[in-house]
Amino acid sequence: MAQMTMIQAITDALRTELRNDPNVLVFGEDVGVNGGVFRATEGLQKEFGEERVFDTPLAESGIGGLAIGLALQGYRPAMEIQFFGFVYEVMDSISGQMARMRYRSGGRYTSPITIRSPFGGGVHTPEMHADSLEGLMAQQPGVKVVIPSTPYDAKGLLISSIRDNDPVIFLEHMKLYRSFRQEVPEEEYTIPLGKAEVKREGSDLTIVTYGAMVHESLKAAEELEKEGQSVEVIDLRTIMPLDIDTIIASVEKTGRAMVVQEAQRQAGMAAHIIAEINERAILSLEAPVLRVAAPDTVFPFSQAESVWLPNYKDVIETAKKVLEF
Amino acid sequence: MASKSKKTVADAVKQLEKVQDQYETLQILNEEGEVINEAAMPELSDERLQELMKRMVYTRILDQRSISLNRQGRLGFYAPTAGQEASQLGSQFALEKEDFILPGYRDVPQLIWHGLPLHQAFLFSRGHFKGNQIPEGVNVISPQIIIGAQYIQAAGVALGMKKRGAKSVAITYTGDGGASQGDFYEGINFAGAFKAPAIFIVQNNRFAISTPVEKQSAAKTIAQKAVAAGIPGVQVDGMDPLAVYAAVSDARERAVNGEGPTLIETLTYRYGPHTMAGDDPTRYRTTDLDNEWEKKDPLVRFRKFLEKKGLWNEEMENEVIETAKEDIKEAIKKADDTPKQKVTDLMEIMYEEMPNHLQEQYEIYKEKESK
Repeated sequence: MAQMTMIQAITDALRTELRNDPNVLVFGEDVGVNGGVFRATEGLQKEFGEERVFDTPLAESGIGGLAIGLALQGYRPAMEIQFFGFVYEVMDSISGQMARMRYRSGGRYTSPITIRSPFGGGVHTPEMHADSLEGLMAQQPGVKVVIPSTPYDAKGLLISSIRDNDPVIFLEHMKLYRSFRQEVPEEEYTIPLGKAEVKREGSDLTIVTYGAMVHESLKAAEELEKEGQSVEVIDLRTIMPLDIDTIIASVEKTGRAMVVQEAQRQAGMAAHIIAEINERAILSLEAPVLRVAAPDTVFPFSQAESVWLPNYKDVIETAKKVLEF
Repeated sequence: MASKSKKTVADAVKQLEKVQDQYETLQILNEEGEVINEAAMPELSDERLQELMKRMVYTRILDQRSISLNRQGRLGFYAPTAGQEASQLGSQFALEKEDFILPGYRDVPQLIWHGLPLHQAFLFSRGHFKGNQIPEGVNVISPQIIIGAQYIQAAGVALGMKKRGAKSVAITYTGDGGASQGDFYEGINFAGAFKAPAIFIVQNNRFAISTPVEKQSAAKTIAQKAVAAGIPGVQVDGMDPLAVYAAVSDARERAVNGEGPTLIETLTYRYGPHTMAGDDPTRYRTTDLDNEWEKKDPLVRFRKFLEKKGLWNEEMENEVIETAKEDIKEAIKKADDTPKQKVTDLMEIMYEEMPNHLQEQYEIYKEKESK
């Protein structure tokens, strides 16, 4: 075991898979000699060579096409989009092409592609760097969307993502890259995609969440405990497909639920999760399922992040509404 | 100093003219089937020349029958190909089996001659997933509907071949309108930066639906767009099968020798509408223009060329026509006999392992389908 930050755990996962499978290729803008703008690919080109880890021209759409073409030749591309706000440039390659490859060819071709990309607020980035666009991705049949919140999860989920034979979008929250360390096994291990984890057990209220909001929810749960409330926090880890079983089992136990996301209220995954709970566990509900989400404006100018981004206080406030309904 | 005469900066207009002048049209056969460029003449045996003619005649019949079957409602989406036989088949004829084709939506003939069974091409037209289940060993992917996407993917396929050390190429096709897309530029630029073995073909048939090529770009040729990627560009007479074959052979040789990609513009024409989905070319094309291009018919000039060499006659042509008609009849029957698609079929081809939500829906549809 070693103490790792999330970014180190990600590098470790990439190294593990580059060693395990000669078909794994890591590429994107500045991921080679530079080691990535966040050092996620630090040292990998040196260890595995330019054939395996390489820079590309500055064109996200081209990078997506490159990944699809390499996959058609039997490679297992792990491509990077420098910031997920730039995904609009490559929406066709992801949603219009690789997501559909297996289906449109009747299983003849596949896209075992992992798209790594940082996102998330709280670190005062310039425009179009921090937007939460996972909701767009989750609406496209054919892809899986993974969002880890801890170093341990990041490594196991990234190894699983790379090994998956269908396209996986692996979103890395920038605020979580180096915010804390955790024990991470040095050997390889996997965490199944599509499986949530109960990060804290409780009996009065279920919080379903993902990304940086996992930590805000855990902090809120601690505060609420001081007031005698027992809150269960579910970290989805994969937002598509959803781990419905874990969510419903928890809601049936607690009778109250809320969903916490960093994305705007009209975006993200919250609405979908609430619909699933309503369809499957309405008879268990003591109160409506409420949402914590950002306002429905464009992502804030960096100085306005603190007043705009949801945080643990918003979680506490909404939790009380649900608990006191 | 103000008094000093202004130093002449680069003459931008002259530079443009110089660039455009580099792209002369490569032609080997004129409209009368006479060889006008002996030096560029590709080495093809008599049998190979006859085979190329057979394929062109066959494909012309396939187009005529496809239009007719579409009108009878026995085919669905269909983009006519008549007029483009030299461009489509002359280029495919220069390929090896190992080469990978990434076609646009009009490029079904290339797939067929690369090994896609005819009945599957018809299933593609009708909208059946079995049409896209390309047989193992046939290196093609189904026709791309998103104009430009095949270009960036071709750069990736070509890079994959280079990494494997394969002596093969990725070849892809778009039209004149497609050369305005971002993915067109990114595709040729990526292939150039990686020195990947790709052949990019632009079939310039002068119209993107109703929009003439002059409204796509102020560039005098599409071939010169290769300059932006720093790769060789060639403009060929796309109604001349030998010129197209020669240009693609040449590009293929450069590619497998590790010299990178080539952009080839073929000047061609579609005699029919854009697609069979209600497009009416008389709204935007003049009869004069149609007549002018009909004189350039690739079949006419290649027929004359072969007849003069004693390699072709009416009997041979009729035999090809009959074979084509028989094959088409059989293929349509085979397409008819293909089982109808079920929702559960569509679910099964989404992922390697069905996620829970889809599994749940699968059970529901399986129940519906059992009734």
